[in-house]
Order: sequence, then C-alpha cells, then structure tokens
Amino acid sequence: MDLRFTPQETAFRAEVRSFFRTEIPAEIRAKVSEGRPLAREDYVTSQRILDAKGWAVPHWPVEHGGQPWTTVQRYIFMEELMQAAVPLPLQFNCFMVGPVIATFGNAAQKARFLPRIKSLEDWWCQGFSEPGAGSDLASLKTRAVRDGDHYIVDGQKAWTTLGQYADWIFCLVRTDMAAKKQQGISFLLIDMKSPGVTVRPIITIDGRHEVNEVFLDAVRVPVENLVGEENKGWDYAKFLLANERTGIARIGISKERIARIKRLARTTPAGAGTMWDDLDFRSRLAAVEIELKALEITQMRVVAAQATRDPTKPDPASSILKIKGSELQQATTELLLELAGPNALPAARAQAGDNDVEALLAWADTAAPTYFNMRKVSIYGGSNEIQHNVIAKAILGL
Amino acid sequence: MDFDLSDEQSLLKDSVSRWAANTYGTLDPLTAARTEPLGFPEARWSELADLGLLGLPFAEADGGFGGGPVEMLVVKEALGRVMAPEPYLASIILGGGALRLAGSADQKAALLPGLMDGTARLAFAHGEVQARYDLNDVATTARAVAGGFRLEGRKSVVLNADAARTLVVSARTSGARRDAAGITLFLLPADVPGVTVSAYPTQDGGRAGDVTLSEVFVPAHSMLGAPDAGLPVIERVVEGAIAALCAEAVGLMEALHGLTVEYLKTRKQFGVAIGSFQALQHKAVDMFVALEQARSMALYAGMMLEAEDDAERRAALSAAKVQINRSARLVGQTAVQLHGGIGMTMEYLGAHHFRRLAMIELMFGDTPYHQRRVVAAGGLVGAA
Repeated sequence: MDLRFTPQETAFRAEVRSFFRTEIPAEIRAKVSEGRPLAREDYVTSQRILDAKGWAVPHWPVEHGGQPWTTVQRYIFMEELMQAAVPLPLQFNCFMVGPVIATFGNAAQKARFLPRIKSLEDWWCQGFSEPGAGSDLASLKTRAVRDGDHYIVDGQKAWTTLGQYADWIFCLVRTDMAAKKQQGISFLLIDMKSPGVTVRPIITIDGRHEVNEVFLDAVRVPVENLVGEENKGWDYAKFLLANERTGIARIGISKERIARIKRLARTTPAGAGTMWDDLDFRSRLAAVEIELKALEITQMRVVAAQATRDPTKPDPASSILKIKGSELQQATTELLLELAGPNALPAARAQAGDNDVEALLAWADTAAPTYFNMRKVSIYGGSNEIQHNVIAKAILGL
Repeated sequence: MDFDLSDEQSLLKDSVSRWAANTYGTLDPLTAARTEPLGFPEARWSELADLGLLGLPFAEADGGFGGGPVEMLVVKEALGRVMAPEPYLASIILGGGALRLAGSADQKAALLPGLMDGTARLAFAHGEVQARYDLNDVATTARAVAGGFRLEGRKSVVLNADAARTLVVSARTSGARRDAAGITLFLLPADVPGVTVSAYPTQDGGRAGDVTLSEVFVPAHSMLGAPDAGLPVIERVVEGAIAALCAEAVGLMEALHGLTVEYLKTRKQFGVAIGSFQALQHKAVDMFVALEQARSMALYAGMMLEAEDDAERRAALSAAKVQINRSARLVGQTAVQLHGGIGMTMEYLGAHHFRRLAMIELMFGDTPYHQRRVVAAGGLVGAA
C-alpha cells in the first residue's frame, strides 16, 4: 500500500497543471471560478485548445483520439482541470454520446460523428428525461414509429442542459410500445435542425438560461441514426451512465471554490478585521475541507479499483462519490454565500473603485446564483435518494 | 498510488483476523475476558506475542519485525473489529512507542525483550486531570536530586495502568505548567515506593488507572530521551495512538454496520423484514458512507504518520481524528436507533461497539479540539 503518487505521476500533474494555466485563456477560467455564465464560444475555445493538444477526450479509445493513460493519470488530469477552473469538456459530447457511439455505433457513425464530437464542431445535448420520466427514466413516453427509411418521433424531452446551443440531441425513444418498460427503448441521434424540433427555454432558480424543454413533433429521423440495435437503447443508456465516473465527486471544483473562499475571506471586511478572523466561519470551512479530504481518498480508492473492474458495469461505490461530492459542492456554495453576506443581495451593481470593499461588491453578485444553481447537483445524474437506493440494494443487499 | 496490501501484510491481516474471530467475535468470550482482574486473560496476551504482534512495530535490529504504519493499521482494525480487550494500544503503541522513539540502546535492551515476549507490559502515564487534551500541560514535577530525580504528581486515566510493569511517566523538569519546554520522560517500574496505581473499569469495557507519584525516586539513567525535550516525543507517540484509534474505529464501525444490516434483514415487523423500509435503508446507507469516509481517513492518518513536515503531519492527524469522530458518532447512534430496544441493552454486542466508539471520540482529542487545530493550520486546501 502506498498512497503517494509516483514521480512520473507527479511530473504528469505538473505538465497538465502548467498547460491548463497557461494555454486556456484566463478570462474563461475567471468566469468559471467566479460562477459567471459561459458563452457558447467559451466552451468551444477551451475544448478546441484541449483537442489540439490531444486532450479533449483522453478516456476514449486511442483509435478515436484517446490517450493511453492509466486511470490514475485520468484522475489527475480531471482534478487539475477542475482546480484550474477550466470548463469541463462538454459532458454530453465527451462523456456521454461519444463513448456510446465509439462502443456501440457502426463504422459509418464513428467516422461521421466522433471527430466532430471531440472537437466540439457539433454540440450535443441529452434527450433522456421527460416531464413524466425523471428518476423513473424507463417510463419515458417519446415514441419513434418506423416509416420506411425513417422514424417519426413524437414526444417531449425535459431539462435539456445547454440545448439552446446544440446541433444534435441523443434521445431515448420508445420503439416497441408493447414491450415491458426497459425493453422497447432505442437510442436515436436527432439533428436539432430537423423540422418539428422546438426548443423552449426554462429559466432556473439562479435566473439563468441553462436548461430547456425540447418538443419533438413528427420529426423525421433517418434510420441510419439509430445507434446499435433497435430496442437495446436501455443497455446503452446504462453504459453511458456508468461510463467514466472519474470526477463525479467534482472534488477539484470544490477545492477550487474553497481556495477562492480563503482568498476572498482575507479581503472581506468583517468587524474590526476580515472574515478570515472569524473563527466560527473558518471552523465551518475546515469541517468541509476535512470531509473533502476523506472523499478525495475515497475517490482514489475507487479509481484504484477501476483498474481491475469491468468498465461497462457501474461501480456502486461511485454512488458514495455522488452523494458526498454533491453535498460538499453545495456546502462550499453555502460558505461562499455566507462570506458575501448582505452584499449577496444585489443582482448587479456598479463597482466604484479597486479597494477591498469595492472588490467585494464586484464578486458578491454571483454568490447567490452559484448557491441557487448548485442545488441541482444532488438532483441530477440520479438523485442522491436514488444513489441511496443503489447502495442499499447493490452493496448492502437490502 | 496503490491500496493493495503486500503478501506479507495480507498474511498478517489473515492471521490477526483469524485469531480475533476465534477468540472473541461474540459477546460471551468478551464478557468473560473483561471479568479477569486486568480486564483480559494473560494467556491471550501471550498468544499475541506468539503471533508476533507485540514485536511488530520495533526495529529488526532490536528483535522486532520492523512493521510500519500499514501493519499497525491492519492489526488495530482487526483487533478493533472484535473489541479485543488486550492492552495493545496502551502497551505497544503508547508505551512501546515512547520507548521506540526515545529509548537508548541500553533501555531498549532492558525492556524490549520482555515487552515483545509478553512478560512485561508498559503503560503511558502522561495525561493529567486539568490538561484535557493539551499535551504540553504537565503539573507533575521531577526535582533533581543526588543520582536522579524525585517525582511528585498525579497522572490521570492511564490506559491499562494496572497491567503494566513499567510506566512511561512525563514530568516537568523546568518551566511553568503549560510550557512546551521543560517536560521530561522517565521509565518507572510500577512497583517502586511512592507509586500508587488506583485502577478502575472504563465506560467502554476496558481498564485504566490514576497513578499517584509521591516523592518517587528515579535514577538518572531512567530518563527516556533528552531532558526538557519530552514534548516532541509525546506528540509523536500520541499521533501514533490517534492513527491506531482511527484504524480501531474503522474495524468497530465495520462490525457494527454489519450487525445492523443483518438485523434489518432478519427482524420482522408488520409481517416483513424491516430492511424493506426505505427510511431504514437510507439510514443504513448513511452509516456505510460514514464508514467508508472514516476508512479513507484512517489510511490517510497512516500515510501521514511519518511525514516529516510537522505542521502538515499534525493537521493531517487532526483531520483524520475529526472524521473518525464524526463517523463514529453517526454510525454508533444510527446503529442503536435501527436496532430499537435491543440496541439499548448490554445483552447486545452492538451496544458495546457503540460505547467503545463514543469513548474513542474522547481519547487524544475530541472533535472541537482537533477541528480547532485544523483551523489554526489554515485548513487543508491551499489558497493559491
């Protein structure tokens, strides 16, 4: 047993850290760190820089542009990326539809889609959830009926994150109405420019436009856009959800936010000094840091175990990472909000100078939206209550 | 980065676990052991010697096995799982730790053979009533006299004091009560005139004692380490004890969680196993998550035990103790709750796990104490 990183791993960490901090534009990383909305171009710029280096999809098969890295290297890469406040490579492209096509798609689909997925030439969004199918995803109702060389798709998808930027949507659709729930579902790729696709914005509790509803009204989809076999879509969806759980705890993001809180606390006036002098506040911060350190080791244990696991099967231990990781992400946003104090109330106000007080006014406006927005992390990706069910069943045998 | 045990470590784990399960593992043999005069049967201690556990942390040159933090974690987790009442912490990790870190070649030659073959135990007489968790707070004095020192004072809650032939005693050779400098360690036979050990059972089924020192003469050659410079040794010894307690608590929590899940599967109410109720399932999962977080921090404590940077090592051990304490409380309390009435009785093994976990929280620093130390260190995440 040795929890230390090897000299090669440490050198690798230094290499990726330096790359992220010198090559990804500082203004994009500042937006991520400060919790400001990113423009479509910011995501594209950042991912193109990674792609040019060969690092947009290191976890993919090498023949499709992946890197022959160990699980530990991948882990280091993601942690450093998050700690440098680099936008995550678009999840829907790089961690969802890409691996599904690479694993289950045919040669034509691989050739057509994978390079554009990797470079973010095509922006993908996820069409899984529906108004009536959340945690109970398999109850989805969107249907695809075969009509010659096409499917005719009718239905409604919900919580489509960044769908407003998307060129393509990968959907779970029902192709066999008679089959039992999980059977009869297929995995279909739909061009967002197809007639009958309508995107309606949903403004979330942070006041921002991050998610959408997508209406599919008699959309004609060529059968060549079916991934794998008809009615096997649920297997591919399970693969997608299990694929690459490294980084699900988002420890690097929490660390980055804690580091920022520490910097800001030293300049945030409170009483005769600053918030850094407030030992109650620092005690609450330390409590989060301790849990985060424990989770970091837990994540390393899961990563180390990955080397000998079947990568297509979900590791129920990753449910621990999801539960604790989301709780800690949320806890850091609560501390940030507390740090901003009453100055978190204004949704926007002008900064008049460059002293500490004025600097506070400049950052405090994103504290509340960040706190509001991060309530999502215990809901998405399988709510924390679902994760409890997974552990109860798969690990405890209850 | 590698979490696997070496072949030797796996063998060690297997042999200790087998001994533990065969010897204890249920309440009856544990209760029988606790009713022995010293709180454990002498024969069991000899068995630990035969297994090589008593010599485990000591250097091969001194006749030991040269085990490091990982071996210690493995042993303490396995012993903790069955609540083995033998004074491994008191004698090998605390008393033996002080001897290992500060003992001269002569002192080791005199004491280690008996310690390792199980015929002579040590205890660590450092804590005092007023000190709480502050290791620098020592009122006991050692006055220089011809040929040695005269000790005067009272040591509090000395673990397994009544089972020790030799005490490692801290006393102030200079400075004021709370000064960092001026503390000196001594090796003191427990039967010399002026030493009174007043032993008692503890709330977790173990034993401890108060040691009164009244004009006790100690020869100069019994000084352990350098004069006035005992505190850094004491700190390292206590750090080792914290890591050991972390591992022990992980073993305890794992056993208690296992008992609880088993109970959920077998206990029927309303015509079904109570484990079919989601409210109870989710509590059992919260216990599991707390256990795994504690397991990670016990590994971290072991890994950091030999780190050379004092500040980094202290913060790490304090962070580990905070996590263990938090997990211990959640796992212990939830286990009693999920068991219902039976969990409230001394007839039930899990209740004993709960008591031990609650006492571990209070040993060598509780949650607020260690959290303050993490705060004072500036936390664990760098601000840069």
